[in-house]
Amino acid sequence: MNRTGRVAVAIALAVLPLVAGDFYINLSSQIFVAAIFAASLNLLVGYGGLTSLGHASWIGLASYTSAWLYLKMGVGHMISAPMALGGTTLVAGIFGWIALRATGLGFLMITLALSQVVWGTAYRWASVTNGDNGLTGLTRPAPFGIDLDGAAAFYYFALIITAFSLWMMAKFVNSPFGAALRGTRDQPRRMSALGHDVWLIRWIAFVYSAFWGAVAGLLYVYYNKYIHPTALSLTNSAEGLLGVIAGGSGTLAGPVVGAAIVVIMKNYVSAYIERWNMLLGFVFVAIVLFMPDGLVPGLRRLWARWRAK
Amino acid sequence: MTPALQIGGLRKAFGGLPATDNVSLEVMPGERRLIIGPNGAGKTTLFNLITGDLSPDAGTIRLFGEDVSRLRPHRRAHRGLARTYQIITLFSGDTLEHNIALSQLGLSKHRWNMFRPLADYADLYGEARRVLGRVGLEHLARRPISEVSYGEKRRVEIAMALAQNPRLLLLDEPLAGLSREERVGVTGLIAGIPREVSVLMIEHDMDTALDLAERITVLHYGSVIVEGTRAEVVADPKTREVYLGD
Repeated sequence: MNRTGRVAVAIALAVLPLVAGDFYINLSSQIFVAAIFAASLNLLVGYGGLTSLGHASWIGLASYTSAWLYLKMGVGHMISAPMALGGTTLVAGIFGWIALRATGLGFLMITLALSQVVWGTAYRWASVTNGDNGLTGLTRPAPFGIDLDGAAAFYYFALIITAFSLWMMAKFVNSPFGAALRGTRDQPRRMSALGHDVWLIRWIAFVYSAFWGAVAGLLYVYYNKYIHPTALSLTNSAEGLLGVIAGGSGTLAGPVVGAAIVVIMKNYVSAYIERWNMLLGFVFVAIVLFMPDGLVPGLRRLWARWRAK
Repeated sequence: MTPALQIGGLRKAFGGLPATDNVSLEVMPGERRLIIGPNGAGKTTLFNLITGDLSPDAGTIRLFGEDVSRLRPHRRAHRGLARTYQIITLFSGDTLEHNIALSQLGLSKHRWNMFRPLADYADLYGEARRVLGRVGLEHLARRPISEVSYGEKRRVEIAMALAQNPRLLLLDEPLAGLSREERVGVTGLIAGIPREVSVLMIEHDMDTALDLAERITVLHYGSVIVEGTRAEVVADPKTREVYLGD
């Protein structure tokens, strides 16, 4: 996107709460959460070539940790937020160490299995998670005394966090480490012959990706003020992956666009079409058929062809 | 003088079939060594054992006196070992200079930096273009690998290794698939590698390769059967038997 395009998007995002109703403001906040989630998964899938089906674990672990610390320990948001991020990242360090014994399909299956363990635990360990009832009675933080309970206030909070997260992830991708990560995706053997520690690069990428997944998790629990085991479900992981692939894995904008499509389908279209899941499936199939590398690269190509005429 | 590479009693079998069978080998600093042998003689397996892509069943590998038999490949690279591949193994979507930059990053501590844009490392790209100049490809620095010819890719293979300023360089069939003119060019390139670098080379094209090496090792069924100077090896009846085919 060129400079004009970026400024236009920034202005549109800044004025949206002034012109839109609460429904659309809240829908946008949900898109922000999904965008961070998909973008963080994309670090692993698109840039590392490691397809994970367990990314919802990071949303769930960060959410549950934050909720549990508040409800059972009476810990404030200023302390619970870094603890939730730190704890989730620590678990990611262990999960990554286990899952990265494999790559490809093996990696996918291990991430799926580990996330199912976390999901099962959330259902069964009722004394901590309140099981199927979920944890209710949560609050949103009030940074610098600003109340975030209103739709617009939370929107701006989420917008700032999202902008910062995406900026950090973009920096990561364009850094020497990001280049090395892409190298391990394309030619792992050559990379180790060149002196790159392929395993360690993948592990760091796994943990970094989980960290931003946890940031999405905090926003998720702040937005919903409620957490249920479904947040940890395979469906949630798969929706993230769907967003990444539909939008364009290995691009910065792709997962954001893909996540927006999934959220809009889920929340907006479902009000009109009961079988919205089927429609989501059709849209996904159409994207894969006509733009196999995703919407963003596909549209870019169309745009280039149109301009060349 | 400590040998650049010292291999002792190296063995590697695949499902009971020995690919490397009790190989012992010494390459002195600055030496040019050619490894020849018929298809399936275990030449590339030997390279993969030296680089650490494969781990040996028995035997030791010493690089400049240090036992590296159990080190992972990237650690051996940090000790001055570089290699090229018989089958082109490049980052085909990236530019030539990016390929070289990845090679340089492999030995640089900057490879862990997650916050500074790679594009800001002007010295890295300057050095990459200089290395490409050494193999005569500076004018293609900004082209993606997928857009350059096969012969040019072969040169990039060598440039990737040279960019690391290795002390020991393994060249796995650097002339494979090249035309006669291209062979002359790449041969000149290999002949121009500075003498501080020891070179171990696998090559099928005897006419060209024999001119590049002082000493030759003949492998057959995973074992060293002849070793010596060019004249000695060519004169040995065992060479004729297994390799020259009469």
